[in-house]
Amino acid sequence: MYAVVVEDLWYTYPGGSEPALKGINLNIKEGSFTVIVGPSGCGKTTLCRCLNGLIPHFYGGEVKGRVLIHGIEVFSRPTHELAKEVGMVFQEPEDQLICLTVEREIAFGPENLGLPREEVSARVEWCLRALGIDHLRHRAPYELSGGEQQKVAIAAALALKPKILLLDEPTSNLDPLSAQDLIETLVNLNREGLTIVLVEHRLELVAQHASQMVVLSRGRVVADGDPREVLSSRLMDELGVAVPKPIKLYRYLAKLGIKLRRPPLSPEELVDLLAEVKAANDTH
Amino acid sequence: MSLLRGFSYVKGSSFLHKLDPRSKLLLSSSIALSSILLRGLLYPSILLLALSLSLLAASGCLRRWAPTLKGLIPLALLILLVNWWFVGWAYAISMVILLLTLVCSLSIFFLTTSPDELSLALVKMKLPYELSLELSMAIRFIPTLAREAQLIVDAQRARGLDLESGFIKRLKNLIPILVPLVVNTVRRSYRVAEAMESRGFGATKKRTWLFDLRFTVKDYLTSVSSLLLLAFSALFALTA
Amino acid sequence: MILIEDLWYTYPGGSEPALKGINLNIREGEFLAIVGENGAGKTTLAKHLVGLLKPQRGKVLVYGLDASKCKVSQLARLVGFVFQNPDHQLFSETVIEEISFAPKNLGVESRVEEVLRRLGLEAYRKRSPLTLSSGERRRVALASILSYNPRVLILDEPTVGQDAAQKEELASIMEELVNEGRTVVVITHDLEFVAEYVPRVVVLSRGRVVADGDPEQVLMNGSLLKSAGLLPPSLARLSLLLAERRFLEEPRLYRDLCRLAKEIARRLKLEPT
Repeated sequence: MYAVVVEDLWYTYPGGSEPALKGINLNIKEGSFTVIVGPSGCGKTTLCRCLNGLIPHFYGGEVKGRVLIHGIEVFSRPTHELAKEVGMVFQEPEDQLICLTVEREIAFGPENLGLPREEVSARVEWCLRALGIDHLRHRAPYELSGGEQQKVAIAAALALKPKILLLDEPTSNLDPLSAQDLIETLVNLNREGLTIVLVEHRLELVAQHASQMVVLSRGRVVADGDPREVLSSRLMDELGVAVPKPIKLYRYLAKLGIKLRRPPLSPEELVDLLAEVKAANDTH
Repeated sequence: MSLLRGFSYVKGSSFLHKLDPRSKLLLSSSIALSSILLRGLLYPSILLLALSLSLLAASGCLRRWAPTLKGLIPLALLILLVNWWFVGWAYAISMVILLLTLVCSLSIFFLTTSPDELSLALVKMKLPYELSLELSMAIRFIPTLAREAQLIVDAQRARGLDLESGFIKRLKNLIPILVPLVVNTVRRSYRVAEAMESRGFGATKKRTWLFDLRFTVKDYLTSVSSLLLLAFSALFALTA
Repeated sequence: MILIEDLWYTYPGGSEPALKGINLNIREGEFLAIVGENGAGKTTLAKHLVGLLKPQRGKVLVYGLDASKCKVSQLARLVGFVFQNPDHQLFSETVIEEISFAPKNLGVESRVEEVLRRLGLEAYRKRSPLTLSSGERRRVALASILSYNPRVLILDEPTVGQDAAQKEELASIMEELVNEGRTVVVITHDLEFVAEYVPRVVVLSRGRVVADGDPEQVLMNGSLLKSAGLLPPSLARLSLLLAERRFLEEPRLYRDLCRLAKEIARRLKLEPT
């Protein structure tokens, strides 16, 4: 069953001179950890907004094509219904948090849905535990660090129990350690069955965890598939995507006659593959 | 800026903090109204001011309130001088006391009531949810705006913006501060709205509230005391 | 020439000093990065260089001027500060006005045309900066500081949210500026960028300088970086791991991956077992 199906999606912002999205076709399986990359302005953020109903309901504009979330047609449902299927986390940590304590922030979503009070309370507890932020329960969001704020934002989105979590450059404003911590959190959530769709520039941190990599450029999908294949293609350099160093090294080594079994997505994988080559050499 | 600190919420667990916002509202209004009724009557006014200040002290917020006091000095001096000139010393002093008591009574409410509680109280008092949410969000974003304003001032000063000389020049020089502030606030409001929509805002009219406000014995006592205070002040004012 | 001697600074209401005895020398024409985790004191330090903050103890000398006795505008003439968020600066009706703002205020000759050309903004000269894309707005903010030709340029977190191509462009602009004799100071926690492009790195941790030198040494020191709350750049992690597993003679930061590959290849072909 596909979590997300995008069929020939075209979208133009109100007053836009040309479409921001030009015929996007995309399938995301349930349980996938999909990373969407592309140079600035390629349409990544626009695509995200189409997946949870912000486009067209919040942004207006002209939309053509279909987007299905677990089989539900996105464009014909109101955003608040889609919020139960797709949770979204945005780039600016602080601007997503509107309440004065973390507890209330997480309760906001379920409260909006009119769920019974015991259910709201249960979900708040569950989210605090799932994200490991119980100690932040009574703190004010604006007092927290960027990394903590993003965890609260994730918790607040998960309180609606969506099966898909969509994140638009959530680590942009975080320092590298917090970014790494956040990605680890996402990996754990993914292991427990949550489908993750992540727009990200910092591929060094995420490439090794991705099960699918989608590359956008100028409103079109230019690559979609296994991260190793996608990242080792020459196209990435042309587009200005930050190819992780292990893969760049893989290519240079290949030119020097050292062929690794497959493109490595992390330094650890790289040395393991080199060890294989060495072992093979030694047996000659 | 320091003046505003007298009106922004300070976390705490004092007696006042734990009261229902509605009884606190009644308390603050009673003190404010009483001070107006008792204006011109020196000794009762001083007593009332002393009461207000001790309430502030009891809530642990007196130190927080001190900068506000400092910020009020220019206004207080103005009132003192004008009233002394036109009426007399005693009246002038009682006007200053009135000012201080009014500010103090407002602070008692705002320093001990979190915006979340306030918005909940407003809803309980039948104000539409959207309005009370707007209010509490506005309050929530005050520290954010203050921080941003400081960043903008720093950035523009580093480009040579002069914020020191000449009154008229300073007004014109506010444009490089106000434009980015307003533009960013508008952009931010879009981002906030997006986030709220993505969490089901507006899904149903029958919204749940996890936290509830309930009147306890202390609240009833406070409310009754506030009304008594008001009654006594009215009586005193009429008979004096 | 910037000289910082035993600089101490505590924010009003702060429980402990944000800067604890900073000593730093920056020579003319240097290109360096000041790195540290959030709260380490990087921006606090930078603000002292342009007089936005005054030292409580110690000295800050900028081209011989005592920063504690100067007005911000005096120091701003020498030290251009590009803040992290361009939206905290942009307010004018046209890009040209925006770029001319600082030179006008400081009473300095403006190089609007040159800067427009250099940053590829000529087509936008009459447009309002507020209507441009975020990348373009960043360039306008940078242009608005370059337009009055300060001798020192400080950039606060310039790589946030930038894609690889934009970072490369940024790096080449910085290198150009250094080649022209200017001093460039980058404040960042993006160690990847520093590892690739910057020749000197100063590490701040909890208000103190804990390292100052060549990234090739500093960024390879995993324990130092960890205690400073920083993640070693992938180049460093790669080299350390390769050396550990004996694919490299010794752990070194190789900015040039081609060379790194050649080293590995050499080792593989040399070592039979």
